[in-house]
Amino acid sequence: MDGNEAVVQGAVYAGCRFFAGYPITPASTILSGMLNVLPPLGGIVLQAEDEMASIGACLGASMAGLKAMTATSGPGLSLYSENISFAVGSEIPLVIVHVMRQGPSTGAATRGADGDVHFMRWGHSGGLPVVVLAPTGPADCFTLTVHAFNLAERLRCPVFVASSKDIAMTRETVDMERVEKPPVVDRKTHAKGPFLPFEAGPSGVPAFLPIGGPVPVRQTSSMHGPDGYITTNPEVIQSLVERLQYKVESQIDTFSFYDWDPQPGASMLLVAYGITARSAREAVLRLRARGHGVSFLVLKTLWPVPEKVLLSAAEAVHKVMVVEANLGQYVHEVRRVVCPKPVHFFGLMCGRMMTPEEIVQEVIRAQSS
Amino acid sequence: MPSLLNPSRPPVFCPGCSHERSLHALDKAFQRLHRQPHEVVIVSDIGCSGLFDVFFATHAFHGLHGRALTYATGIKLAQPHATVVAVMGDGGVGIGGAHVLAACRRNLDLTLLVLNNFNFGMTGGQASCTTPQDAHTGSAFLNTLETPLDVCRTVAAAGAPFVVRRSVYSQDLVEKLLEALRYPGFAVVDIWGLCPGRYLKANPISPKDMDGMVARAGVWDGVVAGNERREYGSAYAEHRGHAPFVEDWKGIEAQGRANLVGRHGTLFLGAAGERVLSAGNLWAMAAVRAGLHVTQKSDYNITVMRGPSIAEVLLSSDPIDYPGIEEPDAVVVLAREGVERMAQIWNRLSERTLVIQAADVPVPKHAGRTLMVDFKALDIARKNRAMASLGMLARWTGIFSIEDLVQAAAATLAPSQRDGALQLLRQGAAVPGPGSPRK
Ligand code: SF4
Repeated sequence: MDGNEAVVQGAVYAGCRFFAGYPITPASTILSGMLNVLPPLGGIVLQAEDEMASIGACLGASMAGLKAMTATSGPGLSLYSENISFAVGSEIPLVIVHVMRQGPSTGAATRGADGDVHFMRWGHSGGLPVVVLAPTGPADCFTLTVHAFNLAERLRCPVFVASSKDIAMTRETVDMERVEKPPVVDRKTHAKGPFLPFEAGPSGVPAFLPIGGPVPVRQTSSMHGPDGYITTNPEVIQSLVERLQYKVESQIDTFSFYDWDPQPGASMLLVAYGITARSAREAVLRLRARGHGVSFLVLKTLWPVPEKVLLSAAEAVHKVMVVEANLGQYVHEVRRVVCPKPVHFFGLMCGRMMTPEEIVQEVIRAQSS
Repeated sequence: MPSLLNPSRPPVFCPGCSHERSLHALDKAFQRLHRQPHEVVIVSDIGCSGLFDVFFATHAFHGLHGRALTYATGIKLAQPHATVVAVMGDGGVGIGGAHVLAACRRNLDLTLLVLNNFNFGMTGGQASCTTPQDAHTGSAFLNTLETPLDVCRTVAAAGAPFVVRRSVYSQDLVEKLLEALRYPGFAVVDIWGLCPGRYLKANPISPKDMDGMVARAGVWDGVVAGNERREYGSAYAEHRGHAPFVEDWKGIEAQGRANLVGRHGTLFLGAAGERVLSAGNLWAMAAVRAGLHVTQKSDYNITVMRGPSIAEVLLSSDPIDYPGIEEPDAVVVLAREGVERMAQIWNRLSERTLVIQAADVPVPKHAGRTLMVDFKALDIARKNRAMASLGMLARWTGIFSIEDLVQAAAATLAPSQRDGALQLLRQGAAVPGPGSPRK
């Protein structure tokens, strides 16, 4: 299977019953895959008139009670921006599969890159946090899509699956028996008493009632108090934005996904994510075979930054090296976290994957610098 | 029936604002329909018309400028029994034009109220898509340069089956709203009204003038002849839960009969229409059935029927991390387009690399051992070259027996292609072996 098929399977497993999308390479096969599976399961697939409509329909369906997902690539994500901040501010659960392609702009439709790592985090107004999970291949696509739904429902926020062309459209063998299948989490519904749509307990996450259900529910894209009505009260506004930040960031330890492959005595830590982690793993094997000490960390949660994971992985080494399919994005977060340790960077965004040998050469160069 | 207006949030429009008349008219229509607050969803967007949802005690969904119909679509599909009303100003119609057109074509059972007052009231009275050319607005002379949009003619042309135009002062406005809410499909009500806060200051219009303006623009009364058809939600319901589940997620049981230790990467370099990807897929499926780990990457032009078509198939007895091919073990050369796209590979070939080369396709100098194939002499058409080359590949790499490959083809290919493909595989396998490395 390929990464897009694995996303479809993961979504169905997680209980997704609404998908809306607009065709775009390399995300389109998620739309066609969902069309094959959701209607027979009683779910709904909408091929919307554009990207704003895709994500808009998902927001409506999500608040009306269905688990919803959309999928796009760079140019489409640009158009999602306004509704992503709506989902953040109004706490609407949504899974966004972003199958990255080489940019900027329309870039190269059939070439991959990880050029939107910061765009996913910061590409909406207000700057409040979202969750971004990064698969390295189809097995991760399945597992992380399930986690994405679980987190979207649990935290009431948009959650990205940050795939890329080389993951989405490379077919490979997967032993499904060995793929991790997390238990499915459903949204917490309001149990009793008067319902205030944005009143949250200590977790910071309000309970749901569906729009269209037996109790009238207010939903708004504007600044609002717990009752869902527009407010201009500075204290109410400040406590809302702080809660929106807190509810996501305070939970990071429960969804810091990563692969950790330490080498005792290694002086260098190699950090990678996405498809580049596959080249990097091969490079690490070759480096070790040639006598170079390297520990290896694959990050599968990119945002919020899993700082504890990075700090503990970097603890025993003198240098860190980050490899990315862009001109240097996540490396800035790694630098910030492991400061003052020196952090080297190697990146390519030419539309092809980095080869293991290129990483081997860069690591050796950085080790001796 | 009691009013559905929100007792704790009385309307706060400017005195004399038409939106308030529309608000009460809609409430009366809900009452005459015997709707309970929880049975109604008001979806609004931005501007003064976007305040609408606050003043009702119903479900409310207030979103971004021009997008009300997109949210309404998701809500209605998820909650088919709800009465879903989208409220937009003329600003929302302008910015969300594509959504309006799509909703007309789709015919989901929604009601769209256009609160049309010919300007952006909230942001300073700028011109909108419906501002008359002779009006004075906050956009200086700009509105004199553009023709206003006729909402009713536009939505009717786009397929809306139910279209109403009324002045907000019209006697039968409640009756028309009631008809729109009852209509089982997409209903548009274009309500012309006045904005005393902004527009009226420079454009004095009386309620009587308003009626005249509507009359001149054309009264629309409801059903649009020729546009009535099946409602989208009920048509969709027929497909839900009934169609067979077409995905086969059972997977393939490995049978373990490949002769490979380590990796073997093959590049198929062809052109669109030569079934290169299908051949790559069959090569991969033979490996999957034989218990190998496989990755297959494809590269083709976005112009589907023209240009290069390339398959990269990596087989391995061990799990594969890096799914690329650094040094190919075999290159199948089928067309000039593919050779041009992969110009950088030739200096990476070693004398162990098997190059299966169509005699009429030149390649750069390389170190591999070449099996030159004259497909024309073998009477193999262009679209069959890739399939025939698998027979050669199997025989001269020794990874699969021809019989295993044939069985994989029989199990994988559609019945219509099967017999032809099996013959091509056997024909390919009969081609005599490669020469020694080129000097
Ligand atoms: S600005 Fe115009 S549209 Fe807005 S509330 Fe005032 S009168 Fe009504």
